[in-house]
Amino acid sequence: MTDNEVFWLDEHRVVSLAELVEFSGLSEGELLELVHVGAIPVREARGAVYTFSARVVTVARTACRLRDDLELDTRGLGVALRLLERVSELESEIARLRAQLPSA
Amino acid sequence: MKYADYYAALGVERTASPAEIKKAYRRLAQKYHPDVSKEAGAEARFKEVAEAYQTLKDPEKRAAYDELGQRPQGEEFRPPPDWTRQHAGAGNGAENFSFDDVDFGDLFARFGARGGPGRGGAGRGGQLPGQDFEVPVEISIEDAFRGTTLELNLSMPEYDASGQLRRVPHTVKARVAPGAVDGQRLRLPGKGGKGFNGGRDGDLYLIISFKAHALYRATDHDLYLDLPLSAWEAALGATVEVPTPGGAVKLKVPAGTPSGQKLRLTGRGLPRPRGGAGDLFAVAQVVVPAQLGDDERRLYEQLRDQSKFDPRRGFGGEGA
Repeated sequence: MTDNEVFWLDEHRVVSLAELVEFSGLSEGELLELVHVGAIPVREARGAVYTFSARVVTVARTACRLRDDLELDTRGLGVALRLLERVSELESEIARLRAQLPSA
Repeated sequence: MKYADYYAALGVERTASPAEIKKAYRRLAQKYHPDVSKEAGAEARFKEVAEAYQTLKDPEKRAAYDELGQRPQGEEFRPPPDWTRQHAGAGNGAENFSFDDVDFGDLFARFGARGGPGRGGAGRGGQLPGQDFEVPVEISIEDAFRGTTLELNLSMPEYDASGQLRRVPHTVKARVAPGAVDGQRLRLPGKGGKGFNGGRDGDLYLIISFKAHALYRATDHDLYLDLPLSAWEAALGATVEVPTPGGAVKLKVPAGTPSGQKLRLTGRGLPRPRGGAGDLFAVAQVVVPAQLGDDERRLYEQLRDQSKFDPRRGFGGEGA
């Protein structure tokens, strides 16, 4: 059994809009709407050609699940993604502060 | 296979209307969706609810489900040959059709071959894409430091020749290079569920988390470690040996180090994937012996009598 190809979904790897469509299950139109409402950050925009940090694959896949499972439209997804991002930031901040506390 | 009571999962009567089923699903999905709920067991509960809804929202699937009759939740169960012949793609071999590795929820997926399981649905020539899977994986901080090879034993649904989904064991090997952090996502293309009839294979997503460690607490690539110091080491300063994932190092503790002071060991945290490393912070904890020997007691008493240090000077007599 050989090692499999592993892609890190982090800020160092770049994905195109077409790849984000393939990986997430969202349509190009849905992704662009989420970009326009600021729920999915663009790494670089050259005219109409967008590239993204691979980190947003996770965000876009979450959006796809929420669309399918909760029947949210793009506006609802935009709000949900921004709130989830805020929760994630706060959880990271709590984890960072907890790490500095003695383990008691 | 074990019978699942889909009406009970959604909390509706067997006579519920499509609107009542939809309403019950929406209420439960919002409560238990794993992306929004932190409730214990939410993910498993959501899977039950979603599986129930996938079947009951579709009139054809619901009718086939109802044909199986009502049974106790979790009862060992085998669909009758007529049902198997008609709905499970067993044809004339219904009597010998094996359900050993068929999940109850997957029984109804072949109906989905027309609506499409996973993403995308059925393509040209009856092609079906394989499902993507997300799998949480725990690794140690040492594994994140050195890198590790994961061997995952997974059970994935695959279509057999008749189009029936069966659970098939797979072992997937993945090399995780040094530098992963808690929450890291990795993608293994084509290692999810197998596509059907030439459909593309799904992807496997690994969600890395760190096992709790006896010494270190990680935040991104930085590590924190409690550094116990005796009262005299903290007061007078000392050079102490500190463990790090890369091996023990000497750390100079400055004189007058209070509890809670963070002492940075630059670059001694976890490696970053593109070079460099986080820092390790040793957090000073001044500790005292639980029991004193006679000589120690005398020395502490001597210190008490001679020292002018007042640790509560900041109180300023307030509230006394």
